[in-house]
Amino acid sequence: MEKRYEILEHMADGKFRAYGRSLGECLENAALALASLMWDPERIKPEIRETIRLEATGPEQLTVKFLTELIYLLEVKSFLLGRVNEIRVEEISQNGKKTYRLEAEVAGDRISPQYEIYGQVKAVTYNEMKIEKSGDGLVLQVVVDM
Amino acid sequence: MDLVRISEFVWEIPKSGEMKVPARIYASEKLIELARRDQTLQQARNVACLPGIQRMSYVMPDAHQGYGFPIGGVAAFDLDEGIISPGGVGYDINCGVRLLRTDYKESDITAKRKELLAEIFKEVPAGVGKGGITKLSRNVLKEILVRGAEWAVEQGYGTAEDLDRTEERGRMKDASWEFISDRAMERGIPQLGTLGAGNHFLEIQKVDEIYDAEVARAFGINEKGQVLVMIHCGSRGLGHQIATDYIELMENKFGFKGLPDRELINAPFRSDLGQRYYKSMCAAVNYAFANRQMIAHWVRDVFARVMGSSKGMRQIYDVCHNVAKVEKHTVNGKEKLLCVHRKGATRSFGPGRAEIPEVYRQVGQPVLIPGSMGTASYVLVGTKDAEEMSFSSTAHGAGRVMSRNEALRRFRGEQIRDELAKKGVELKATSWKGVAEEASAAYKDVDEVVRVSHETKLGKLVARLVPIGVMKG
Repeated sequence: MEKRYEILEHMADGKFRAYGRSLGECLENAALALASLMWDPERIKPEIRETIRLEATGPEQLTVKFLTELIYLLEVKSFLLGRVNEIRVEEISQNGKKTYRLEAEVAGDRISPQYEIYGQVKAVTYNEMKIEKSGDGLVLQVVVDM
Repeated sequence: MDLVRISEFVWEIPKSGEMKVPARIYASEKLIELARRDQTLQQARNVACLPGIQRMSYVMPDAHQGYGFPIGGVAAFDLDEGIISPGGVGYDINCGVRLLRTDYKESDITAKRKELLAEIFKEVPAGVGKGGITKLSRNVLKEILVRGAEWAVEQGYGTAEDLDRTEERGRMKDASWEFISDRAMERGIPQLGTLGAGNHFLEIQKVDEIYDAEVARAFGINEKGQVLVMIHCGSRGLGHQIATDYIELMENKFGFKGLPDRELINAPFRSDLGQRYYKSMCAAVNYAFANRQMIAHWVRDVFARVMGSSKGMRQIYDVCHNVAKVEKHTVNGKEKLLCVHRKGATRSFGPGRAEIPEVYRQVGQPVLIPGSMGTASYVLVGTKDAEEMSFSSTAHGAGRVMSRNEALRRFRGEQIRDELAKKGVELKATSWKGVAEEASAAYKDVDEVVRVSHETKLGKLVARLVPIGVMKG
C-alpha cells in the first residue's frame, strides 16, 4: 500500500506530511497522521460515527478547521479517530469569492483504558503549512502545537 | 541576517528593511547557537515589522522557534497605533506556574513520598481527554471566565491569601465571555481542574540551593531541603480554541497577504476584533488561574490527609507564561500604556511596582521557571533593570532541543522512571510513551538559561529547586 502520511522531525511540536490524489484524500490522511501523534488509529475500533461539516476560505484554512474539529471531538466527546469513512471537499465560487466546503464521516471509539493516549495536540497551526502538487497527487504539510 | 554582539549576553539584529525597530536577543554563545539553528531570529525580526511596536522586539534566553512570534518573544505595542496578535500570546493562553511552599523538610516526607504522589495522582485529573471532576454548567463557566481564581476561592478552593499572591490577583478585569465561541466553551467545560498532558506537570520539590537568602525568606523559602509543590498548566482546550478562532476571524477580516508568516495575523488593539480577542484572551487567563487554584487546593488536601496537616502550605506565587497585558512602561522618557505580549516569557517586575503583591513590593516579584521533567526548576526575582531591558520580562523554561520523534527513538518511559528512581525521584504518568517524549535530555539546559537571566539582570537567582516526586499528565 502507498504511504498515506509521514511524521517529520520537529524540534518542539508535531509535523507531518499527508499524501493523496485530491485535497479530500490528503485531509483523510492528515486526520490519521494527527491521530497517530496521540494514539494508534489502527487500534481504534470503529464503534461510533461522527459527521463533520464545515466551510473555509481556502484549502489551508479548511485543513486547520477540519483537524481542529478532530481535537474538539476528542476533548468534548472523548472520541478517538480510527478512520475516515467518507470525505468530500467542494470548491464553490460565488461572486468571485471561493469557498471550500467539507463533509466527512469519521469512525472511532470513546476513550477507554484499552487505548493508550501518549500525546496531546493543542492546536493546528499555519506554520510551515504547504499544499503542493506532487506527481499526479498532492502533498499537505502541517505543523501542530503539542 | 546581521547579528551584532553588543556585549557578552546581548545580541542585536539591527533595523533593516521593513523592521520598525531592532530585535534584541539575550543569550550566551551556547544559547545563541541554538537560536540560530531554527527560525527564532527570523521570527524576532518579523515581529519587529509589526505596526506600533515599541523600542525593540525582545528575545529571552530560552527562546526557540514558535508560530509567528518566537517562543520566548516579548513585544510591546502602542495602544492607539499598535496591534494585538493571538500568535504573540500562543495557543495555550496563560500557560503558567504556581508554586506552594510548605513547612515540611524532605526528611519529614521521605516515608510518605510515594503515598503523597499516588494520592495527588488520584486527586488531580491528568492526561488527554481526562475530564475534571466537576460538571460545569455554561453559566458557571461564564462566571469563571469573568472572575478567575476569585470564583474558585469563593467555592472553597484555597484562600483569599492565594489571590494576593497570584498575578492580577487571579483575575484579569477586562475579561468577557461574550465573544468566545460555543466550541471554545464546550472545550472548556469538561477540562476545568485538569492538568492536561504534554509538557505540563506537577512536582513535589525540595530546595536544593539558596542564592539570595533575604529574598528567599521574603518568598517563604527558608532552608535547603524544604519541600515545595510546583504546578505547571494552562487554559486547556478553551484557550487553544480561542486562539484558533481569532486567527481565523482576523484572517477573514484583514487577510494575510503581506505578512511574512500567516501566524503573525493581528488586529489593531483598539479595533472591534482586537478588543474581542483581548477580552476573550483575558477570560482564558482567568480560566487558567481558576484551574491552577483548584489543583493547588487538591494538593493541600492530599498533604492534610497523608501528612496530617497542610499548615504553612502558603502560595508563593502564580505567574503567566503566555499572555498579553496592558502595562505602563517608559518609552523615550515618557510613561505610557502598552500592550505587552509575552509568549513563553515571565513578567519580571522589580521592587516598587504597584502590580505586585504588597508582601513582595520591597524585593520584586517571584519569577517561576520550571525545568524539564525531572530536572531543576528555579525561583528568580524581578528587577528594575528588566523594565529598560525587556519591558520587565525574562525566560520561562527550558525549551526543547530534540524532536519528539527522536526522543521516542532514544528513550523509553519506563527506563526514565527507573533512572529517576535511582536519583530518588518518584514518577507517576498517564503514558510511558508521553514520558519518553518529555525526557529531560530533549530539553535545553535550564541552568544555562537562568544563568543568562541572572547575569543580564533580567531576573536574579533566588533558589534552585529539584524534584522529589513528578506527576506528568
